[in-house]
Amino acid sequence: MTDVASTATRPGRSATSEMVRRLPEFLVIWVPLLLSAAHLISFSIWTIWISFTPSTLIPVTGWVGLRNYNSVLASRNWQIAFDNLLLFGIAFVLLSLTTGLLLAILLDQRIRGENVLRTIFLYPLAVSFVVTGTVWSWLLNPGIGIEKLAHDLGWTSFHFDWLVNRDMAIWTIVIAAIWQSSGFAMALFLAGLRSVDSDIIKAAQIDGAGPVRTYWRVILPTLWPITVTVIVVQLQFAISAFDLVRALTNGGPGIATQLPALVVYDLMFQRSQLGRGAAAAVLMLLILLAVLLPYAAWRYVRQRRAAHA
Amino acid sequence: MRDRSFTPSRALIYLIVTLFAAAYLAPLVVVVLNSLRTNEEIAQSSMIGWPQNWAFGNYAMAWSGFCVAETCAGIRPYMLNSALITIPATIFSTLLGAVAGYAVSLWRFRGDNWIYGIVTLGLFLPQQMRLLPWTIVLRDIGLINTLSGLVLIHTIQGLSFTVLFCRNYYVAIPHELIRAARIDGAGFFRIFWRIILPLSAPILIVTVIWQFTHIWNEFLYGVTFTTGQQQPVTAALIALSTPVADIPKQGVQSAAVIIAALPTLLIYLFGGRYFVRGLTAGAVK
Amino acid sequence: MAALSIRALSKRYANLEVLKGIDLDIESGEFTVLVGPSGCGKSTLLNIVAGLDRASDGTIEIGGRIVNDVPPKDRDIAMVFQSYALYPSMTVRQNITFGMECRGVAKAEQEKALANVARLLQIEPLLGRKPSQLSGGQRQRVAMGRALVRDPLLFLFDEPLSNLDAKLRVEMRMEIKRLHQRIGATIVYVTHDQIEAMTMATRIAVMHRGVVQQFADPDTVYRYPANLFVARFMGSPPMNTMPARLEADSNGPVVVIGSGRPDEVRLRLQGYDAAASYVGRDVVLGIRPECIAEGDRVFSGAVGPPVMVTAPVELVEPTGAETIVLLRLGGEPAQARISPDIRPTPGTTASFALDIRRICLFDPETERLIA
Repeated sequence: MTDVASTATRPGRSATSEMVRRLPEFLVIWVPLLLSAAHLISFSIWTIWISFTPSTLIPVTGWVGLRNYNSVLASRNWQIAFDNLLLFGIAFVLLSLTTGLLLAILLDQRIRGENVLRTIFLYPLAVSFVVTGTVWSWLLNPGIGIEKLAHDLGWTSFHFDWLVNRDMAIWTIVIAAIWQSSGFAMALFLAGLRSVDSDIIKAAQIDGAGPVRTYWRVILPTLWPITVTVIVVQLQFAISAFDLVRALTNGGPGIATQLPALVVYDLMFQRSQLGRGAAAAVLMLLILLAVLLPYAAWRYVRQRRAAHA
Repeated sequence: MRDRSFTPSRALIYLIVTLFAAAYLAPLVVVVLNSLRTNEEIAQSSMIGWPQNWAFGNYAMAWSGFCVAETCAGIRPYMLNSALITIPATIFSTLLGAVAGYAVSLWRFRGDNWIYGIVTLGLFLPQQMRLLPWTIVLRDIGLINTLSGLVLIHTIQGLSFTVLFCRNYYVAIPHELIRAARIDGAGFFRIFWRIILPLSAPILIVTVIWQFTHIWNEFLYGVTFTTGQQQPVTAALIALSTPVADIPKQGVQSAAVIIAALPTLLIYLFGGRYFVRGLTAGAVK
Repeated sequence: MAALSIRALSKRYANLEVLKGIDLDIESGEFTVLVGPSGCGKSTLLNIVAGLDRASDGTIEIGGRIVNDVPPKDRDIAMVFQSYALYPSMTVRQNITFGMECRGVAKAEQEKALANVARLLQIEPLLGRKPSQLSGGQRQRVAMGRALVRDPLLFLFDEPLSNLDAKLRVEMRMEIKRLHQRIGATIVYVTHDQIEAMTMATRIAVMHRGVVQQFADPDTVYRYPANLFVARFMGSPPMNTMPARLEADSNGPVVVIGSGRPDEVRLRLQGYDAAASYVGRDVVLGIRPECIAEGDRVFSGAVGPPVMVTAPVELVEPTGAETIVLLRLGGEPAQARISPDIRPTPGTTASFALDIRRICLFDPETERLIA
């Protein structure tokens, strides 16, 4: 059943006038879509191309093969960024997933004030990462934040200096990121919990399952597609995280909290190494694809299966 | 399991959610309180504390007197910049996305699935892949370091979201409605204007809220493509938080942070339902 | 003049052929029902007639004009949809006048046409309401009003009653029929419900797998189904069909069910000359449930004593108005429609009267009606 929008595709006496009459609608459909699609494709290709050229301050032609990639991959900056990304990505996703799930299950208990609580858990998502980073940089700053407060209150042995501690600084980003976006996981999980067929829950109760068993064996297993979605969305955020780190630690102390997005920015706009910056951006894209392609395949298989069922 | 009677286990549930709520609210409370404390008071104690002398002047200072980089006009000009970027880009991307989403979902045309698929890929392509090309494009069309340049970027990139949102909403509209209207003699625009648009309020609210929040909160493009007086407020906040000498100024900074976050916070408070809907719609791409 | 002529029409999607060489001629004033199971192509055909879909091949003529390249709005048609497709944001009044607004009809004229239709359908009190404030039957009426106000050459109905509950469906069925009798419009009506087809149509086109199986008036379709598909699709319960063998003795042809079995049923046929060439061959025998009745039934117009058989009863379904009995004729299952007050006991045998004048014989290979 197709609605044929283009009756003018057939040659005919009135085809030209039909074309002219429908021109405005063609323009308004195609121009934005084409601009969007064209910029995505051409920008990607262009950046990939630049990553193979010896461009530094300005884009130049030429072919240096994988030289930019090799030098990015060999740089300490990138290696630290990559290790940080692994740690940050895994810790952040796991913790925000468990926090979100816990909050969703708690809110699912028909508690009073659910709306207020939901509003509280979700409001950080409305705030920019810059604001989040700035605020947490104050709270976690040993000189003016929580540590200082503890000292002022007389607990002089209290130490909480992760922000300026090379080994622990990356965890401050984890904390701020969880604060900002665990509400997202909660919202999706809660929607999932609420969409569980109530007859299934009744059946479990008739089968004699208690609340814990009902959750563990009956309700939570239905949530795993949502879990996958949450993981992918959060990983996508982690991989391209920039604003939050820029505002919270700016990659420091030293380069202890460097992340790929900061390396790209640094190479492109601070060191004027366009070729290497582009190579680092392409590497970021590859990391992202390593997450998204399996996800896309998984969704495709699921849809196929659903269609066959 | 889902009864409202009060038991020890329910008391525990309330205790846990209250603790979590306190943790989520704490940063906001701290900043709000700080915005009402004097810089000196904060410097003598810590960022966390109850105002001894209420310093409402912080807000006036942050709004129009405070120095960011070398200019001392507060964050007012940057708020204005953000508004001048966010409002037009939100309107353009929403309107164009609604028309395109309507065309893709309710009118079939050659290549519709292809172009739609490519456009939605934009949800995934990292901004870093587009930074250099946008720099060159903006320079070539003379829009580098202008608000119009950022409007253009956010309009085009926003289409990926707005087309997706609107298309997914419009596919649920029965095709028979379009058929009936075509038999009645209505064309593409008349059907959109008279039949589709009046049905679109829910999705347009979601889209506008989502686009506004995203564009307002965006930082990378703002800091890359504009400098000085042209920057949006997110970029100005970073410049502002860079410590200048040793002059303590956290009170005013806190006020600035509150002001900068206020538009999106208000939108969230008054349109929370739609905000969450956008969030989940964006996730289930 | 034919109101609608469809010539050699076919429709292909990628590698799927949904309509295969359709030919139909519909006279002005006729109420034609396209009936068939879902996926038979009837809705596609209607959409092509409306101009909402394109034919791959063939021509469509409305009122003597080839309209293949004419957009829907210029085809002089009106359509009533399954979901009614009322514009949700418009009032009933706006829904009905929207088409005239699109065509630039003067306001005064719009009002006059609206008033006429509203009176005809008795929807005057609803004109200010939105579709969401209407009941199913009211929506149905408004949808018809939107079509009627156009006064077109051709009305197209796409399963307009399938969203109504059973009671309302019967009421609306009568109302549409009454409307047709009153205004004499030409109607093409698509449905999957054979009862709608039988009750409303002046002619029925039974469709299956993209082909028109039979195009005839309801009595002919019911009495002489062109093939086994039509025989089994029309009627509820459908026509009983079973393998049989045609034999002949000196008195003429005899059809035998369960040939060679101890309980074989032999039925002497009269007036089945067309079947002569099938003597000595297998056939498929078709007999409507109402042609198998309780033993003392006298079929209307029958001469002489009825043909009687004794058959085992397997299942009895009283419906109130009649009793449906599942029995076996020569070992083959068959349904009989008997008087409501007669309830044979399952597991026993009972005697039944057969109206053998209405037996149909089909070719087992081609499945076509022989006689």
